[in-house]
Amino acid sequence: MNSDFALVVPEILMAAGAMLLLMVGAYGGEERQRNLITWASAGLMALVAAIVATRGGAEATAFGGAFVDDGFARFTKVLILTSSALMLVIGKEYLERRGILRFEYPILIVLATLGMMMMVSSGGLIALYMGLELQSLSLYVVAAFNRDSARSTEAGLKYFVLGALSSGMLLYGASLVYGYSGSTSFSAIAEVIADDGVSLGLTFGLVFICAGLAFKISAVPFHMWTPDVYEGAPTPVTAFFATAPKVAAGALFARALYDGFGNAVADWQQILVFISIASMFLGSIAAIGQSNLKRLLAYSSIGHMGFALVGLAAGTQAGAESLLTYLVIYVIMNIGTFAFILSMERDGKPVVQISDLAGLAETRPAQALALGVLMFSLAGIPPMVGFFAKFFVFKAAVDAGLAPLAVAGAVASVIGAYYYLNIVRVMYLSQAERPLEIRTNLIGQGALGLSALVMAAGWLPIFDGFGLPEMAAAAAQSLLR
Amino acid sequence: MGLTQLAFYVFAAVAVGSGVLVILARNPVHSVLWLILAFFSSAGLMVLLGAEFIAMLLVIVYVGAVAVLFLFVVMMLDVDFAELKRGLADYLPVGALVGLVLLVELSLVLGHWALAGAAPESREAVFAIEEGVANTPALGAILYDKYLYMFQAAGLILLVAMIGAIVLTLRHRPNVKRQDVLTQIYRGRDVELKDVEPGQGV
Repeated sequence: MNSDFALVVPEILMAAGAMLLLMVGAYGGEERQRNLITWASAGLMALVAAIVATRGGAEATAFGGAFVDDGFARFTKVLILTSSALMLVIGKEYLERRGILRFEYPILIVLATLGMMMMVSSGGLIALYMGLELQSLSLYVVAAFNRDSARSTEAGLKYFVLGALSSGMLLYGASLVYGYSGSTSFSAIAEVIADDGVSLGLTFGLVFICAGLAFKISAVPFHMWTPDVYEGAPTPVTAFFATAPKVAAGALFARALYDGFGNAVADWQQILVFISIASMFLGSIAAIGQSNLKRLLAYSSIGHMGFALVGLAAGTQAGAESLLTYLVIYVIMNIGTFAFILSMERDGKPVVQISDLAGLAETRPAQALALGVLMFSLAGIPPMVGFFAKFFVFKAAVDAGLAPLAVAGAVASVIGAYYYLNIVRVMYLSQAERPLEIRTNLIGQGALGLSALVMAAGWLPIFDGFGLPEMAAAAAQSLLR
Repeated sequence: MGLTQLAFYVFAAVAVGSGVLVILARNPVHSVLWLILAFFSSAGLMVLLGAEFIAMLLVIVYVGAVAVLFLFVVMMLDVDFAELKRGLADYLPVGALVGLVLLVELSLVLGHWALAGAAPESREAVFAIEEGVANTPALGAILYDKYLYMFQAAGLILLVAMIGAIVLTLRHRPNVKRQDVLTQIYRGRDVELKDVEPGQGV
C-alpha cells in the first residue's frame, strides 16, 4: 500500500495544495489573497510538473491497477501541467482587470488539472470516469465564471447539460463493456478480447465509450457545444479549454483504445476514421464564415482534433507517437494565439472580431508578424512546425494502410488554410479606421513571441524539434504493451 | 407460497404501483410522497435479497435526505408543473415511435450477444468475500481498501461541486442588515443599572 501512495505523490500534492489554497482564500480575505493564490497555484502546477518530469522508472500500477504510471502518462502530465500553469498566468491580468478574478478560479483550475492527471493515468473504466468527471465539473464552473454575463452563464449551462449527456453515454458503454467482459480494468478487458474476441455486446459498449470520449475532445458529430462555449466563456477560460483539456481527452482516448481495446483495432478504427474525417472537414469549412476570433478558434480546434485523431486511427505505435507530437505542437500554437487575443482591446473593452485586426501590421509590426507565423503554423504550411505535426499523423495513417484518410486530411488542411491566411490578409492588407490597442504585459508578450519563434524555427536542423519526436516515441512505446 | 415470496410480491407490486403514481399524480407534493413509498418498497426488496446495507442507504439517504429535499423544493419553488407537462401530448407519439424502433433494434441484436467465457467468474472475483463476513463490513473493506483511490476521487468531485455552487450563486450584497450577536448583547459604559422600586416607576 505504501508503494501505491508513493506512486500518486504528484496527485496527492495537487489535491492537498488545492485544499490548502482554498482554506487560505476562505479565511484570508478575498481581495488580498487572489494574487497570492493565483501565483501559488501556477507554482504548484509547475512544481508537480517538475516532479513528474524527473521521475523515471518502468511502468508501475497502484490501487489494484486503477492507477497507471508509465512514460505515456508522465509525458502527457508534464504537458497538461505546464500548459495549465501558463494559461493561468497569462489570463490572470485579463480577469483581474474585468473584475472576474476570484480566488476560486485558480483553485478550480488546479482541481481540473488534477482530474486530467487522473484521466491520463487511468488503468480502468472507473478511474477513467472519476478523472473525467472531476475535470468536467471544474470546467463547467469556470465556463460560467463570469456569472453576471448571460453569455458566460449560457456557455456554462450548455456545456453542463451536454456534458452530462455524454457522461451518460460513456457510462452506458462502460456498463456494457463491464457486463460482457467481466472487468472494468483495461488489462483484463484486453485479456478477454485476446481470448474470446470482441463480442457484439463489447462492440456496443466500445461505440458508446467512443461517443462519450469524442464529445469531450469535441470531435464531429459531438462538437455542437464547442463554438458556443468558446464564445461565451471568458477569454482566459476559452484559452484554457483549448489547451490542457484537449491534451487530456486525446490522451485518454489513446489510453482507453490502446490499453483496453488494443487487440480489436479493426473494431474501432472505422469509428475513428469517420470521426476524424468529419471533424477535419467541418472544422475547415464551418470556420470560413466566422467573424469572431473565439468562434473561429473553436472550429479550428474541432479541425485540429480531427487531425490528431488521424494518428490515433492508425492504431499503431507510430500513430500514438504522432498523436502526442500533434498535441504538443497544437498546445504551443494555441498558447501563443490566445496570449495575443487576450491582449486585444479597444476603448478599454476586449474585442474579438477578425475585422479588428485590420492594419495591425502598421501599428504593431512585431505582434502582427508573430501572429502571422502562428497562423501559418496552424494552417500547416511548411516550414512551420505545424506542418510537421500534420506530416507525422498522415505518415502514420499511410503506413497503417489508411492512405485515403491521409488524402482527405490533406484536402481538409488546404481548405482550412483559407481562413488562417485570411487573418494574415486582414492584418497586412486591410486599412483600419481606428487602430487596435494592444494591452499586454511581459508574460503575454513572452508567450506570444516564444511560441511564434518555436513554431518558425523549431524544425530547423539545429533544433530538430527539440527532441520532441524521440520523447513522444518513448511515451508511445510505453502505451503499447 | 412462502412468506418470503409473498413479501416479495407485495413489495414489488407496491414499488411498481407507486412508481407509476409518481409520474401520474397531478399534485407534485403527492408525487414526492409516492416516491417515498417507492423507495421504502425498494428497501424492502433489498432486505429480501440479503443486501441490508443498501436497504439502509435507501431509507436513510433517499427517503431521509433526497426525497425530503425534493419536498422542500416542490413546496418552496413556484414551479408550474401543468405548464411543464403541456407539450407531452404533442411529443408522445414521436417519442414512443423512436422508443419502439430502438427497442426492436436492440432486441434484434440481443440474439447474437454473447458473454465472454470468463466474464461471470471475473465479475464475482472482484467481490470475493470471506464466509461469515456481513455485508456492511465487507463493503467497507472494499471501499476503503481496494477502491480507496476512486473513493477519494469521488470526494474531490463533491468538493468541486460545493465550490461551484458557492462560486456561481453566493453574492455579498451591501446594505443588507445581518444579525450580529456580539453587537446585540454588547453594552458599553453608557448603560447604568438602576434600582427601580415596585409601583413607583423610573
